Amino acid sequence: MLEHDPLRHVLYIDLSKRRFWTESRPELFEKYLGGVGVGAVLLEEECPAGVDPLSPQAPIILTVGPLNGFYPMASKSVALFKSPHTGNLGESHAGGRSAISLRLAGFGALVIKGASDIPVAVSISSEKVAFMDVRALWGLGVGDTGRILRERHGKPGARSILRIGPAGENLSSFSCVVTETYRHFGRLGLGAVFGSKKLKALIISGQRSLPVRDKKAYRQSYDYLLKQILDTDSLKKYHDLGTAVNVLKLNAQKGLPTRNLKESCFEKAAYISGEYFAEKLLGRRLACGHCPVACIHLAALRTPYEDEPYFYKTSFISYDYELIYALGSMLGVGEAEGVLKILAQVDDLGFDAISAGVVLAWATEAYEKGLITQKETLGLAPSFGDVDVYRAMIRHMAYPANEFYKKMSQGVESVASHYGGLDFALAFGKNEMPGYHTGYGCHLGFLTGARHSHLDSAGYSYDQKLDVPQMGPEKLASLLFEEESYRQILSSLVVCFFARSIYKYEPIAQALRAIGFDTSPDQLKELGQEILRRKYRFKMREGFAFESLRIPKRILKTVSPHGVLDEKFLRQGIEAYKNILLQA
Amino acid sequence: MALLKVVDVERCVGCQLCMFACQRRLGLGGVMQAAIYPRSRGGLSRGLTVVVCRGCKDPSCASVCPTQALKPRKGGGIIFLPQRCIGCGFCQEACPLGAIFWDNENNKPVVCIHCGTCASYCPHGVLSWEKEAQEC
Repeated sequence: MLEHDPLRHVLYIDLSKRRFWTESRPELFEKYLGGVGVGAVLLEEECPAGVDPLSPQAPIILTVGPLNGFYPMASKSVALFKSPHTGNLGESHAGGRSAISLRLAGFGALVIKGASDIPVAVSISSEKVAFMDVRALWGLGVGDTGRILRERHGKPGARSILRIGPAGENLSSFSCVVTETYRHFGRLGLGAVFGSKKLKALIISGQRSLPVRDKKAYRQSYDYLLKQILDTDSLKKYHDLGTAVNVLKLNAQKGLPTRNLKESCFEKAAYISGEYFAEKLLGRRLACGHCPVACIHLAALRTPYEDEPYFYKTSFISYDYELIYALGSMLGVGEAEGVLKILAQVDDLGFDAISAGVVLAWATEAYEKGLITQKETLGLAPSFGDVDVYRAMIRHMAYPANEFYKKMSQGVESVASHYGGLDFALAFGKNEMPGYHTGYGCHLGFLTGARHSHLDSAGYSYDQKLDVPQMGPEKLASLLFEEESYRQILSSLVVCFFARSIYKYEPIAQALRAIGFDTSPDQLKELGQEILRRKYRFKMREGFAFESLRIPKRILKTVSPHGVLDEKFLRQGIEAYKNILLQA
Repeated sequence: MALLKVVDVERCVGCQLCMFACQRRLGLGGVMQAAIYPRSRGGLSRGLTVVVCRGCKDPSCASVCPTQALKPRKGGGIIFLPQRCIGCGFCQEACPLGAIFWDNENNKPVVCIHCGTCASYCPHGVLSWEKEAQEC
């Protein structure tokens, strides 16, 4: 690492004492690069074993990596925390401007400890850290909070505003942190951790320059990577239709979870498809900092006011595949405008959209089956496709109106453990299911991934590309382990997973060399495995056991593109993954 | 002489490739020395704008420079002579576009030299670098 690279600086903030200090830790970044690699070490250092995730002792760690601020698509930052949703490893990534801002403010990592007694926002720049009294903003939605802070703090384009909404303030375990209105630290409940610390927002401003070891090699590496990015077909799709392109594809394969996965094919998929959104509603496309792909798709939703003719409001709402799945097909909502209306509310209250959709889908079925009644739902009668009822229920979850909604706001595992219906409570490792019912690959990935997310090892792509039933559980487990290990490197640099076909080990090593990090493809490969094992060490320390992973019965009932799935295959896969993980 | 132009700001997605390209001319990462600045118009839902020198024929920034560190450039824009600059910041105040940026690391203005590097990296058709039509 170059002597003047500010990545080495770890900024510590203690909200209880309103203190901050910086430590220089070059060895940490030389060994683990940054992002999740460094974050996992800091989490081990800072998070006491068995700590309550919502107590002042539980830390929030935000990290960036060496490639941020240098190379295209190195546009992500990583948050590590103890998840209030799973009671275990919390890890969430976001794009927007967060990574560039933190890197160019001159920090590689941020550690937030303690808790404030009043709502605060913390503003971070190269020059100082300022604590601001934001009692007046407590209770505001994500949108208003952003607008107010934006008008008074930092420079547009050079700052990032991370904030929570009422869901985070009220400690919903699947509340998220929103950055730049349209990007999220979505999964595993970082919003509640912010809320428990009375941390309404973080404003990070940075515009530094960064030193390079070899200018010519840097420019060459840059041009090589950018050309690959611009020439790659799969990335063009992310720009054209966005991830929503997957709706029709998965539906055609019968892998699109529909109505709480009672079905895997949605008869109204054409009306919530990427094509439909793009043709009828797409209003704008946006990019994260330093990314030419611009995969962020904003729908322009025009809604009339009912009290006055010709009086409209137009809102811009960002959509993606997972959100359309969770708040569309999973809820039986077959109109794009309806999906957007639910999404706008989920977003402004500050919920993770995937978890919100899956919880609502469970509630609909539980209501159908009589496990819950209008006594619990406060007079609402959820039924698949009913947008207005879902909107009302989401509000009740954000401001928990009774014990039932309080349980709902803690996720599907929590609410179903209490009211019954675990067989159709779609969560893996307590994290709600992403939008794939493509076969063994996706589900084994959800089960074994350190975050229990589709992003850990992308098992769905093996389902689509390979003959998974034929290869068997051991081979599948080893492919998932390899992919998840590789992704630890991307998320240490921190490069967007969409660039995974371009940032392979060799070009990564070259890109790093030009800016002063010496490593080889083999070393990177080993490091990825080491980071993944370290995360699992944390999980085990906090009580995770492969043996107690619950496999929701529903996934074994509803036919997948691989036919009806056999639990034995999945159990063997879990065992195989565990064995690979625990060797060495 | 060729000038950089923002041809259609509505096409801007805020990827910032122009800004990083400008910085990379100096062989550096980050953005402190970049002379082009894409930003939102008050929240990303409202779209983006790109702040950069328009290459004035009679530049205000040069008029207010007390040390002649900024000289009008043939064909529009300015030439910056850093050795003359005392870092007073008058130029930054004078530019009605806000297109003079500040390098805090060296306490000098950052000005566009209309080299066109940023335009060659813009993937979305926002920028162009073209020869000025001859005036008649």
